[in-house]
Amino acid sequence: MTRDKGDLIAGAVLAVFGVYVIWVAAKLPYVADVGPGHGFFPLWLGIGLVVFAAGLMFESFTSSVNKAKSSSWNSMVRPLAGWLAVMVAIALLGKIGFALSFIMLTVFLVVALDRRPALLAVGVALGLALIFHLVFVVALDVSLPKAIWGF
Amino acid sequence: MDAFHNLLLGFSVALTPINLFWCLVGVLMGTVVGVLPGLGPAATIAMLLPLTLKMDHTTAIIALAGIFYGARYGGSTTSILLNIPGESSSVVTCLDGYQLARKGRAGAALGISAIASFIAGTIGVVGLMLIAPPLARFALRFAPPEYFALMVLGLAMVVFLAGESMVKALLAMLVGLWIATIGIDLFSGESRFTFGQAKLLGGVDFIAATVGIFAIAEVLVNLESKGGAELFKLAKGLRNLLPTLQDLKDCRFAFLNGSIIGFFVGALPGAGATVASFLSYGLEKAVSRHPEKFGTGVIEGVAAPEGANNADASGALVPLLTLGIPGGNTTAILLGGLILWGYKPGPLLIQEHPELFWGLVASMYVGNVLLLILNLPLVPLFAQILRLPYYILYPLILGISIIGVYSVNNSLFDVWVMGLFGLLGYLMRKLEFPASALILGMVLGDSLERALRQSLMMSQGDIAILVTRPISGILLAIAALVLCLPVIRKVRYWRVEAIEREG
Repeated sequence: MTRDKGDLIAGAVLAVFGVYVIWVAAKLPYVADVGPGHGFFPLWLGIGLVVFAAGLMFESFTSSVNKAKSSSWNSMVRPLAGWLAVMVAIALLGKIGFALSFIMLTVFLVVALDRRPALLAVGVALGLALIFHLVFVVALDVSLPKAIWGF
Repeated sequence: MDAFHNLLLGFSVALTPINLFWCLVGVLMGTVVGVLPGLGPAATIAMLLPLTLKMDHTTAIIALAGIFYGARYGGSTTSILLNIPGESSSVVTCLDGYQLARKGRAGAALGISAIASFIAGTIGVVGLMLIAPPLARFALRFAPPEYFALMVLGLAMVVFLAGESMVKALLAMLVGLWIATIGIDLFSGESRFTFGQAKLLGGVDFIAATVGIFAIAEVLVNLESKGGAELFKLAKGLRNLLPTLQDLKDCRFAFLNGSIIGFFVGALPGAGATVASFLSYGLEKAVSRHPEKFGTGVIEGVAAPEGANNADASGALVPLLTLGIPGGNTTAILLGGLILWGYKPGPLLIQEHPELFWGLVASMYVGNVLLLILNLPLVPLFAQILRLPYYILYPLILGISIIGVYSVNNSLFDVWVMGLFGLLGYLMRKLEFPASALILGMVLGDSLERALRQSLMMSQGDIAILVTRPISGILLAIAALVLCLPVIRKVRYWRVEAIEREG
């Protein structure tokens, strides 16, 4: 995907989003008893979004295509895998606690995405988890998500 | 002369061993809570307030104020090294600070941040000492139309945050403004854009969003290269780890700009250090000989916002001590402390309790010197973080981000928000939308809408109120001028091009 195609899609998504903001804001009161209602500001925001999104789409048609950027879209697989891993770790925080979910996340990042030996990954994960525990939990008394086994 | 005598009285209070000790404890604690995202000075002061009941009150306010301005020093460290804003006011420091770190100049960025903080902190204290009462009276002339105009001026800074496309910057800013509308509307008590989530009634947590957009997105971008990103370069030798004389020379105006803007914005209740840092960054870029380099790692891009957010701490004490009006969360808690100890913050505080006011002012001089002495030697040590291989650095960033965001409200929901904003920040980077414009919208959205609606209530719907009052009219005119700058620059560029073609 070229950057300008990306801009076109981004413009279209933002235009749709702007229409959604206008749609929601239109259902809220524009004027209240003592002044502007809570639909007043978002309505104008939505209009602004639609106008500038249309501007971006127009720009994407008129500007020259930057081919150098196109290859960068192929490299999104690893970051998206990393992001999914972060989200899974967040989902697990409340169930297995910070320490274990962080260790699992680190091992995945180091082994699966960085192709490093598993032993090194486990060492890094355990070391960092221990440092976090000592600095935040012990020294600064920060409470972190815990599992039923207490950490 | 009076001020000089009063200052002598202040130093006689501040330099007692017990006050010196608590000043050191305060600035040290402030630096630590500033470094860590989420652990803000407001929460720390609130937690420590009950402990101060048995202390001498002057000692207590010296310690608590130390936490307040010490946190502003610390906030820059993770912004520069890890792209994690430790404090909301450090968001702007990420823009050039982190890029300097990527270029191997982390030490210089940290050093200039400490020096800018020292200079701005000192200028701020001078301001607090000399012009506190008249400035406080001037600040009181700021009614909703003036605040609206100030917020518009803040939003006009988007011009300086835009990269190649102004349209993208404006869109990012509008999305930020929309995010600020999420939650309960304070005027009507009705909810907006909460998608049925009760946890969104209080709005989107600012720290969660900024950490996601800056720190998580940074990790995701660096995951793109297969062998991991290149290790950060780091200059060898102590001399190369600190700012050079040329850096200091380049930052002359930034020091002054940050100090003055920070102090004046700080004195306006509700404006905040984040606004001050955006404004000073914008001004610095506007007057720079190389504005196109901002955002790629320019030393002035660190000095101006860091100066501003430190001078803001002194400015924020002006309405607090002279009028009893807190400008933000931290000063509101300090006000609570003063009332708890039996004081009546207001115009008579300085006359009735000179030892408290002047002791605090003098302790801030001492505190700023202590912070510089503490922070400059720590620069090379902090910079070593960048020597870590990326398979340690990125889990470290993710861990600090999760802990920092969770610890703000002990909320897993905020951590989810951080994750989602991480993806948004990554996509924005890919599509070249300036993330800082979105943050600017988020910061100012709430205040902008409130001020606009209050203004229209005052005038019964007549929008002319925004331009007919002198202060708001001037501020709006400056904002319009700032917004026209790109057009003026483009016209000038076309003219030069046309002359060259003809020549």
